[in-house]
Amino acid sequence: MPVPQEDDLPAQAPGDLSTRHISKEAPPQVSLGTRRQVGGDGLPRVDGRLMEGALLQGRYRILGVLGAGGMSTVYKAQDLHFPKVQRLCAIKEMTNTATDPQVRAMVVRNFEREAGILATLNHPAIPQVYDYFSEGDYSYLVLEFIQGRDLEVLLGETEGFLPEAQVVNWAIQICDVLIYLHNHKPNPIIFRDLKPSNIMLDRQGRVRLVDFGIAKVFQSGQKGTMIGTEGYSPPEQYRGIAEPRGDLYALAATVHHLLSKQDPRLEPPFSFHERPIHKTNPLVSNELQDIINRALEYDINRRFGSAEEMKRALMALRSARLTVRPAPTVEGIRPDAPMPLWQFACEDEIRSSPLVYEGKLYIGVYDNNLYALDAETGKFLWKYPTEGGVASSPWVAEGKVFFGSEDRLLYAINAETGRLVWTCPTRGRVYSSPRVQFGHVFIGSDDHHLYAVNIASGRVAWRFEAEAEIRSTPAIGPDAIYFGDEGGSVYAVGVSGKLMWRFRARRAVTSSPLLTKELVYVGSQDWCVYALDLRSGWAVWRYRTAGPVISSPVIEGTTLYIGSADGEVYALDASNGYLVWRYKTGGQVTSSPAVYEGAVYVGSVDGFLYSLDAPTGQLRWRFQTNGPVISSPCVENATVYIGSVDRHVYALPV
Amino acid sequence: MRAGWSTDVGRQRQHNEDALLVVEANQDGDSPLPPFGLFILADGMGGHRSGEVASALATRMVARHILQQVYLAALYQRDHDAEQLPLKEVLVEAVNLANAAVATAVPGGGTTLICALMLGAQAYIANVGDSRAYLVSPEGLEQITRDHSLVDRLVELGQLTEAQAVNHPQKNVLYRAVGQGGVLEVDTFIHAIPPGHSLLLCSDGLWGMVDREEMTRIITTARSPQAACDALVAAANQAGGKDNISAILVEVPGEL
Repeated sequence: MPVPQEDDLPAQAPGDLSTRHISKEAPPQVSLGTRRQVGGDGLPRVDGRLMEGALLQGRYRILGVLGAGGMSTVYKAQDLHFPKVQRLCAIKEMTNTATDPQVRAMVVRNFEREAGILATLNHPAIPQVYDYFSEGDYSYLVLEFIQGRDLEVLLGETEGFLPEAQVVNWAIQICDVLIYLHNHKPNPIIFRDLKPSNIMLDRQGRVRLVDFGIAKVFQSGQKGTMIGTEGYSPPEQYRGIAEPRGDLYALAATVHHLLSKQDPRLEPPFSFHERPIHKTNPLVSNELQDIINRALEYDINRRFGSAEEMKRALMALRSARLTVRPAPTVEGIRPDAPMPLWQFACEDEIRSSPLVYEGKLYIGVYDNNLYALDAETGKFLWKYPTEGGVASSPWVAEGKVFFGSEDRLLYAINAETGRLVWTCPTRGRVYSSPRVQFGHVFIGSDDHHLYAVNIASGRVAWRFEAEAEIRSTPAIGPDAIYFGDEGGSVYAVGVSGKLMWRFRARRAVTSSPLLTKELVYVGSQDWCVYALDLRSGWAVWRYRTAGPVISSPVIEGTTLYIGSADGEVYALDASNGYLVWRYKTGGQVTSSPAVYEGAVYVGSVDGFLYSLDAPTGQLRWRFQTNGPVISSPCVENATVYIGSVDRHVYALPV
Repeated sequence: MRAGWSTDVGRQRQHNEDALLVVEANQDGDSPLPPFGLFILADGMGGHRSGEVASALATRMVARHILQQVYLAALYQRDHDAEQLPLKEVLVEAVNLANAAVATAVPGGGTTLICALMLGAQAYIANVGDSRAYLVSPEGLEQITRDHSLVDRLVELGQLTEAQAVNHPQKNVLYRAVGQGGVLEVDTFIHAIPPGHSLLLCSDGLWGMVDREEMTRIITTARSPQAACDALVAAANQAGGKDNISAILVEVPGEL
């Protein structure tokens, strides 16, 4: 219960009954193995604890151990001064481990002063102090014995969740005790160690605070690395600051634990805000969560100013109608879909994805044409007719547009005029999209080959034979080309056409790989997203969705975005594959996301183009077309371009 | 890849509770596996020698699992496939097996654990506790891992400064360690080590005693990774050697 005082010890290592801790040097009060011994006080002990039947001060008969921790032991005892009745008491024994005689004396003085203050308290929720004394290496506090269970035990025995109203009721009772303590004269008393194991429910169901932080007086500089934090203590306590609002933090931390069932001693310290209660317990009201959040602020000045204030907030909650998790809102949300800047009608379905380059938009269409439109106005510039549907998405380099067609050809077209430069035949339909590097165009074909074609002449430099059709778009790294095939393999092929490694997924890899310095990311129709080691092909992590992954990944910052045929858009942590968020659309997501200024754009077979908030995955807006959106969006100059199976190309403001 | 390692009891403790384990495997011939390296460092804690038992047991458990799942698997099978456990899962599983083994065999004991699996110049790192991995370049040390310590959280929250953290009475309190039982959350990191750079793994007996500038100077001027590790340990002892000191340095050669 320490009152702030100048020779109070700084906040010290955890030493409570409930905290696991391991010390590099054995704490001196722990004895080796089971050993009978006689302490300096002449009393019989086992493992350093008083044996049943031992008589303290010729007055207290030890009946058993109620609890024990590194710093102290609590015994159940009978007071023999009341021979006619069985007067029970709880005796807390604390060990003075200090070796320096002056420090020892100071520890005893601090103990006696604090015990003295405790003895003067008078509140129904605070157990009475009957007596205190020091003997040899030990100091003792004799307390009223309380029949009941502490909240930690109760929580452990509770299946499901404790009712919110019940927990709020206890919190209000605790506020009442804190109001009493914090208004103590001449100095406020800080409980400093509020947690479920220190809160008892007596037989009448009333709250009693049982363990004032008096044991801290005995914690003198434990050495060595230890595991386990106090879990409930406010951050400022670790700067040696103990003040009333610290108790409010600990109360809120306790309520958080009781309702979420997440033990804060097993979580990163001070991480309550990252683990809102409703994540594990959806039944908790938003209003209570707000109160908890406020009391758990790191900055002491942003918490409730006093226990009175927190109690009022809790009381108001009790009388209010509670709401459970209303839909959260995001800044910048636009519930209405934007109006298209322009739209352009083609003669057949669009499955290819648009590319905007130097003011022109290029896109392939199932009416056999590649179209060039003015990106700003949507005005038709030219189209180039092939002999088959164009599902391949165009790519521009060195003044030429490259794309494949179902007529089995790879085309190079003058990007300005739309005139043919060259064609390169393959033996299968071309659904893969081209990429250009090292003076070559790389593209896959349904004839199972990946082609490397000289960009100037259109001649095949080499072909690499895969096991199945290649519809994935190659990704080009510093010394290899990466792509998938419909047989489920991912290949890394050197710039000279030699296989470097292969990874076999369980189903087709239609998705196009994405490269970083270290990894290759790709989706597979086996439902997984894979991260592979760039140089060896070793799988580093995988994330399993609930449907085939045909969509291709995109990375922004440390987050990877990808769609799945299960209808969801996923945001994953790129370094370990952990889910950041996911968003459910109304149809399969085979379109590949694009990220632009904090928003993710992606199409769905439900006919919508979605704009999602990149950090949270919340809907910003969605735009409805009249057919499935398989095409992937392209974002340039604050404009999103998308094609739809409804035969239209749309330009929308971001 | 060239590696050196060194460990020492320090000047103030009776026992060395740190444990190291180093495996290097190289292959030449037709389509060889990339150079493989496994580097594990653990800093044990707990009374009555349980610290050293915990750290040694943990390093062996982690090495056993990774060698079986990664290196031996690769020797048996040329292509990689979706049936193999991904590396990150192997690392996390290995540390959790160690966690369960320590919790059973050494109750009351625990250990930090840092493990770097090197495939060529790519490092896959798993970490629990406050041993650290640094990327070393001539310009300095870049810390890759995050300590699972109370003071590190307090610094993150702006409640303590770096300087206050160094001398904080609870600077040794970890909120996560191998041997605590349950399901352990393991941090994993992927880092390409550029040519001419090194990866340093060390216990707090080194990083708590020698500042980054000094460590950089020692490493960049040493003749070899082994000489660097010996010099790092000597510098920590020079500064007082308050704790056990361990270091593993893996160097990726510069391009010719």
